[in-house]
Amino acid sequence: MENTDTILRVENIHKSFGDLEVLKGVSFDVKKGETICFIGPSGTGKSTLLRCINLLTQPDQGSVWLGGEEVTNSGKQINHFRQRIGMVFQNFFLFDHLTAVRNVEIALIKVKGMKPKEAREKALEELRQVGMEDWAEHYPAELSGGQAQRVSIARALAMDPDVILFDEPTSALDPELTREVLEVMKKLALAGMTMIVVTHEMGFACSVANRIMFMEYGEIIEQGSPQELMSDAKFERCKNFIGQFDGVNGD
Amino acid sequence: MDQSIFLFDILLPVLLEGFIVTIKLIVLTAPFGLILGILLAVGRVYGPKPISLLCKGVVAFIKGTPLLLMLFILYFGLPSIGITLSAFVASVVGFIMCNGAYSSEYIRGAISSIKEGQIIAAQALGMTKMQAVRNIILPQALIRAIPGLSNEFIYLIKYSSLAYMLTVIELTGAGKMVATKYFEFTTVFLMIGIGYLILVTITTIAVMFIERKVAVPGMTQSGRHMLDIL
Ligand SMILES: Nc1ncnc2c1ncn2[C@@H]1O[C@H](COP(=O)(O)OP(=O)(O)O)[C@@H](O)[C@H]1O
Ligand SMILES: [Mg+2]
Repeated sequence: MENTDTILRVENIHKSFGDLEVLKGVSFDVKKGETICFIGPSGTGKSTLLRCINLLTQPDQGSVWLGGEEVTNSGKQINHFRQRIGMVFQNFFLFDHLTAVRNVEIALIKVKGMKPKEAREKALEELRQVGMEDWAEHYPAELSGGQAQRVSIARALAMDPDVILFDEPTSALDPELTREVLEVMKKLALAGMTMIVVTHEMGFACSVANRIMFMEYGEIIEQGSPQELMSDAKFERCKNFIGQFDGVNGD
Repeated sequence: MDQSIFLFDILLPVLLEGFIVTIKLIVLTAPFGLILGILLAVGRVYGPKPISLLCKGVVAFIKGTPLLLMLFILYFGLPSIGITLSAFVASVVGFIMCNGAYSSEYIRGAISSIKEGQIIAAQALGMTKMQAVRNIILPQALIRAIPGLSNEFIYLIKYSSLAYMLTVIELTGAGKMVATKYFEFTTVFLMIGIGYLILVTITTIAVMFIERKVAVPGMTQSGRHMLDIL
């Protein structure tokens, strides 16, 4: 029945805030190692969808499955699932009172129960992965946006997650800083990390994504590979949306 | 009588004993006051509704009761329901309640000034709400609350003299006894004043060091709060 390659399954997610129906039944599967990009106008429910996956927001209806286990209705177990679902935020949300390396290691120590020395080694290794090892002892306020976002990616990576959710990771960055973050993400994708990325960076989406999902008004309207998106006529609405941007060569 | 004999042989030994009692009152109160303040603040912000209301009520009650009245209740009132506290213990308990209630307001204010993203990011990493509060929210809140908390500590130094009303012979009480006995009010009160000034000065310097030690770029400006305290 279930494809063993499927790491994440999202089924029929509904979410309303008061009278506003933000998600109207969103379903999709993610295979291990895939990168899925979500694009679409703002206010469409993309952030809400990501937050429903790790239950930072409780969906009204529908279910989320991680590697065959149900994440929704997991009660206190949710904290175990959240360790396996990394999240990277538009505004980084680094812990202001901790240095870069402490940001990366704190959950290893407090959540995974790792020994401080071991956690420090792993944290430094993750910072190396994102090119931030020289900044290990600096505080968030001392980092540029691009550097802060790379630290936050290292923080997510350190937990060895099955999948990482990126919510517009470069939208708060100046164009020249966007590049360094996208390069790190591209490297991760090539290394086989499973990623769900909400982004407006069409260049990144087209060159890295296995599938692109176009969302509008709380639904996935169109989906397909980047090639299909470029050539297939069925992607009319998506192309219209992209047309509002400067073109498909951002990266 | 020779002024120097009065000063060195009579006054200072008595004041020194009182000074030590004052320090004991403060040192026993401060840590428990801080703990109570943290519990009340966290309970109020993150506790379930009943706990939150309880904490709010406790703080309102303590803030609404004059400290001296509170001390009288603890010392003279409680025996009528079978709880007898020594004057010293009653004083410390009263001071802890007072210090805790006011400290909790500073801590609560600091907690609510922390951006929501901090706790969201912690939870996204798999921390429980309480882990997030303990490891992420509280450390930041306490750093931000240092100026307020140190003010509260300095008030404590000063209102510790109220223990004298419960017959605890601390600095003020010790001095007052000497003063009435020898009719030497000016010298005695001057010396008492110097005693408190020493304590406040030490505190101020200590706070500066603590602030510098825990200073985090982008979160605090070290040294800036010294003027607030004085
Ligand atoms: N916690 C919330 N309470 C009320 N409304 C919300 C909340 N979170 C999001 N919304 C609303 O849901 C809609 C979708 O938001 P969001 O998921 O952030 O969209 P997107 O990420 O696609 O821009 C918006 O209209 C937003 O105002
Ligand atoms: Mg969004």
